[in-house]
Amino acid sequence: MGKVNYFLTEEQQMIVDLARQIAEEKIVPVRAELDEKEEFPWDIMKDLAQADLFGLYIPEEYGGLGGGCFENCLALEQLAWGCIAVTTTYAASALGGYPILLFGNDEQKSKYLPDIASGKKLAAFGLTEANAGSDAGAIQTTAVEDGDYWVLNGTKQWITNGGEAEIYTIIALTDKHKGPRGASAFIVEKSDPGFSFGKKERKMGLRASATRELIFNDCRIPKDRLLGRRGQGFIIAMKTLDLARPGIGAIGVGLAQAALDEAVKYAKERIQFGQPIMSFQAIQHMLADMATQIEAARALVYSVARTIDAGEKDIAKLAAMAKLFATDMAMKVTTDAVQILGGYGYMKDYPVEKMMRDAKILQIYEGTNQIQRNVIGQALNKEYTIKKK
Amino acid sequence: MRFVVCIKQVPDAANVRFDPEKGTLIREGVEAMINPFDLNAIEAAVQLKEQLGGEVVCITMGPPQAESALRDALALGVDSAVLLSDRAFAGADTLATTRTLAAGIKKLGGADIVFCGKQAIDGDTAQVGPGLAARLGLNYATCISELEFIKDTNCLKVKRAWEEGYDILEIKLPALVTVLTCINTPRVPSLKGKLKAKKANIPVWGAKDLGLDTSLVGLSGSPTQVVTTCVPKFEAKKEMLEGDVEEKVDTLLNRLKEAGIL
Repeated sequence: MGKVNYFLTEEQQMIVDLARQIAEEKIVPVRAELDEKEEFPWDIMKDLAQADLFGLYIPEEYGGLGGGCFENCLALEQLAWGCIAVTTTYAASALGGYPILLFGNDEQKSKYLPDIASGKKLAAFGLTEANAGSDAGAIQTTAVEDGDYWVLNGTKQWITNGGEAEIYTIIALTDKHKGPRGASAFIVEKSDPGFSFGKKERKMGLRASATRELIFNDCRIPKDRLLGRRGQGFIIAMKTLDLARPGIGAIGVGLAQAALDEAVKYAKERIQFGQPIMSFQAIQHMLADMATQIEAARALVYSVARTIDAGEKDIAKLAAMAKLFATDMAMKVTTDAVQILGGYGYMKDYPVEKMMRDAKILQIYEGTNQIQRNVIGQALNKEYTIKKK
Repeated sequence: MRFVVCIKQVPDAANVRFDPEKGTLIREGVEAMINPFDLNAIEAAVQLKEQLGGEVVCITMGPPQAESALRDALALGVDSAVLLSDRAFAGADTLATTRTLAAGIKKLGGADIVFCGKQAIDGDTAQVGPGLAARLGLNYATCISELEFIKDTNCLKVKRAWEEGYDILEIKLPALVTVLTCINTPRVPSLKGKLKAKKANIPVWGAKDLGLDTSLVGLSGSPTQVVTTCVPKFEAKKEMLEGDVEEKVDTLLNRLKEAGIL
């Protein structure tokens, strides 16, 4: 079989094989039940911890494997082939860990990263609020200095791993009138006084992942929980999302690959008009488009991830492209997979209906795909303005 | 404590086919893997090590490529591994295999507990475990579904499955157990384990290293001779019963009565 050679190192291939093994052995057999029961996948999180996968992107000095964005993408793609609700739970821990990795001081890194790397504790990232989604600047949660403490008040919404994670990185306003420099990032621990959780959301897809409100009611945290400098909150949030977005692209690639695998398998077995539907050009052309789009998305995601790991600093546009293209692709491919399976595809007896339900979130979370286009558009505007000079 | 796990590399049962003319397995293109029962034996040993301390050594007899099974074992928490490999070992039956394995374990300096899978999924004899225990003079219990170390008496308390039920036994160390797949859930390998396994030095011991007389190992040391093998033919009539469970049970009862079985 002609497979694109992405020139993986032996270690990278090991990551792919291990993540795939976990997807096949531990995730696929339980995914439908987890989805149906909206059950948090703790057992699988323990397997991922045992496999050292939580530490992929964390430096070795903090107990990780010292990999980068690319290694993370490779694992995410294979896990997503099994189930993206499980994968999102895993990925959200990295999203909570990135701000500490990128902006934490030595003490903060030593205190939190080893537990995140070992999978002993899950992390989560809290930016979104009821009135601040795409417009992140509209957040209302505040953090006020009080002696040796910060006091947080407000409610975060739709936080992945809410209630299950032990470590939260939270963006809150520290100087309301300073606009983009008015927010700061904080580390909040699950046991901090005044910190509680709201209702667990019921969702269309991604049902095994926990999505909850984080409620801060005079939540007092020690001063040393401030991440980076005061006023850096939005920068930290954007840098974190930039680093995480290729991973969401990789999740799209893995999910779409799973949908294609199911669609081809079905098309070869399903007999209509006396022959397998695979023999019909109408089906072949759909499958051909699906396969081609998946490979194109994979190539883009891998290239962007490698560019990030090579040290490129200006990554907002590239990361947005990887997320946008791969997740729009995943929505289309999973929808087409349901179409190829026809009535069976719409039934819960086959996995593709879940894949299609799940795919939709990829176009929405970690910045809607409209926001991704804004990021890309603004970057183009800037690039071409500079060129003119 | 030293725990020794005996494993076997077998062809992936899901993909293996049989050559009816030659009467042999077609191994080409079929991935080799650790015998599934042996994965549970590894897990049981590693769990006990995590609880009590000590080391887990994995040992296998096989061709040079069986080394990959040992590397897989090292990624699952095993500390070190030894490959028993020699042209003279080829064609061994269970008796010759136990001689070789026993010599290997003696050269390792013995073991407090030897773990084996209940049986290998290719040969299906379930004889190597107990045979090895007899040869090493170890107390043993086969088909174990639970296991606990009792420190006061230096015993293993085990649950041994029978067709009709189970026994709870206490066996004094040093001992050998063969385990069922229900004893535990084998862990997934770890990346750090895999990286370590890749670099690990795995010694290969032949008949000479083990001080074994080549007439007592391999085919020449095997009283069992495979004269012929064949694929069983299933020619019985088969019928799928239709309907819900109640209907199927009724139909089945009628069929059995009609056939004079009930």
